Amino acid sequence: MNESKVLLAHADVKGIETLSVYERHGGYATLKRALTEMTPADVVQAVLDSGLRGRGGAGFPTGRKWSFLPNDGRERLLVCNADEGEPGTFKDHFLIHRLPHLLVEGMTLASYAIGAPRAYIYLRGEFLQGYELLEQAIAEATAAGYLGQHVCGTDYSLELKLYRGAGAYICGEETALLDSLEGRRGIPRMKPPFPATAGLYGLPTVVNNVETLCAVVPIVEHGGEWFKAMGTEKSPGTKIYSMSGALKRPGNYEFEMGVPLSDLIEAAGGLMAGRTFKAVVPGGASAAYLTGEHIDIAMDYDTLAQAGTMLGSGGVIVLDDTVCIVSFTRRAMEFFRHESCGKCTPCREGTLWMDQVLTRLEEGIGTEADLDLLLDLADNIGGRTFCAFGDAAVAMVASSVRLFRQEYIAHFTHQGCPLQKERVG
Amino acid sequence: MTEALRERCEAIKATYPEAQSALIPILHALQDSYGYVTPQAVEEAAELMAMTTAEVEGVVSFYTLFHRKATGRYHIQVCDNLACQLRGTDELLAHLKEKWQLEPGGPSPDGIFSLERVECLAACGYAPVAQVNLRYYYHLTPEKADQVLSGLADGEEARGERI
Repeated sequence: MNESKVLLAHADVKGIETLSVYERHGGYATLKRALTEMTPADVVQAVLDSGLRGRGGAGFPTGRKWSFLPNDGRERLLVCNADEGEPGTFKDHFLIHRLPHLLVEGMTLASYAIGAPRAYIYLRGEFLQGYELLEQAIAEATAAGYLGQHVCGTDYSLELKLYRGAGAYICGEETALLDSLEGRRGIPRMKPPFPATAGLYGLPTVVNNVETLCAVVPIVEHGGEWFKAMGTEKSPGTKIYSMSGALKRPGNYEFEMGVPLSDLIEAAGGLMAGRTFKAVVPGGASAAYLTGEHIDIAMDYDTLAQAGTMLGSGGVIVLDDTVCIVSFTRRAMEFFRHESCGKCTPCREGTLWMDQVLTRLEEGIGTEADLDLLLDLADNIGGRTFCAFGDAAVAMVASSVRLFRQEYIAHFTHQGCPLQKERVG
Repeated sequence: MTEALRERCEAIKATYPEAQSALIPILHALQDSYGYVTPQAVEEAAELMAMTTAEVEGVVSFYTLFHRKATGRYHIQVCDNLACQLRGTDELLAHLKEKWQLEPGGPSPDGIFSLERVECLAACGYAPVAQVNLRYYYHLTPEKADQVLSGLADGEEARGERI
């Protein structure tokens, strides 16, 4: 399968981050047409027809999310989740740097569709350059009449505001994001109520990922059916896959959903010379490992879920035969331990404990009983926490024990990493 | 607090119709001005936001980008998360230690650099990656790191790179 560039069609055009170049490549034509020829309900219908599913990780149908907003006369808000921080994922970073106007256009379309007079972009604090690029894009779009009062000369007005977080992975969880946007510690909220009924400032709120909102532009431009004709029946459209790790040409690659993993690896240049494939984390650090038997697996939501892992945000980390699974998994757990917000005991204490167990296993002083302990801990964290962080934290470690038990055992029989000893010796 | 800084903070407050949303942007502004979130900054933020200092401390302590001690003029955040591990971040950190005597912790004796190991910076395809004063530097080999740091030590601005 070849790349299908829809969102990234113009990503390599020089100066595409500026309004004039973006307009020259058709930018904002869809917005103008939608605002003058389509009702908000038409735009919602196009997104419903497209079957677009949220690109932030959960894969919830976007059109349905928009349809949940209650009709009770309260002001509605749109929030863009640009808190990208899932290890292995860097598509939103790329979209914001290259195509800030695509995001602005997508957000304006989405805000019009749901009837929001105000919209927010929540950027992770580290995205300072992205903040500046978007600030510039918003200023240009406002001056050109694509934002602000009377968008494209119509009765619709939209105020788009930027907000920078300050460093916390958990703020990618939508309710933690809303708390952070309200100026508090980013701690996940009780659901229900869902953001659709009580979101930002208690108002009905839609929270969508950067890539999701960017996809709204081509969907409205070409129609929902056009988008739905790509990809698989249950995972329509294209997806930006972030390819990283042991590859010759890591980077973002846009393919139709359901592309075989082997085609993605080939697009990213394949493995380094002399190396062999060992494993892949197909959906960021929150996803379980897959091994060589799944090298041709279709990279869509449902197929990966059936294989016991997930597409998540599309962050594909490829590991070759030089990578120590124990060390790599331990590093992932260090991340989750660091990022646990501390609200739920199983997650707060469990990630700490698992990090300790994995550390002693890596150092070669673990025992076989530690492997069962890891699986037991995983069972007591996954599904027992307030938000999805707990499930995410244990996916890699639980799958690593099942798939690579012998490699763990080799660590305590060799009193250390056999791969490292092989390299040194 | 200087008058200019107070005006900047008041302008931030005016940006957000719901006042509490201004707290994190105000803390960013105070940190930009003072170099880190000083005890004085916490008191000033509390006063501006009509909150207690305990409430402000609660927010400051949650987020990794708010520093509680002085950093170097150039604060280097090296990602050592999964993808960067696979692309040589350990070698980069070892090089920064050996050649530049930089280790995570306080600023270098001349106050120019400080180093921090950070979690994923969402740039895994361009690993290993670091930020200097929150500006990205991609594909950081030890040689490239030398070029960047030499330039900064000579007084260049940390402009970062574009993808």
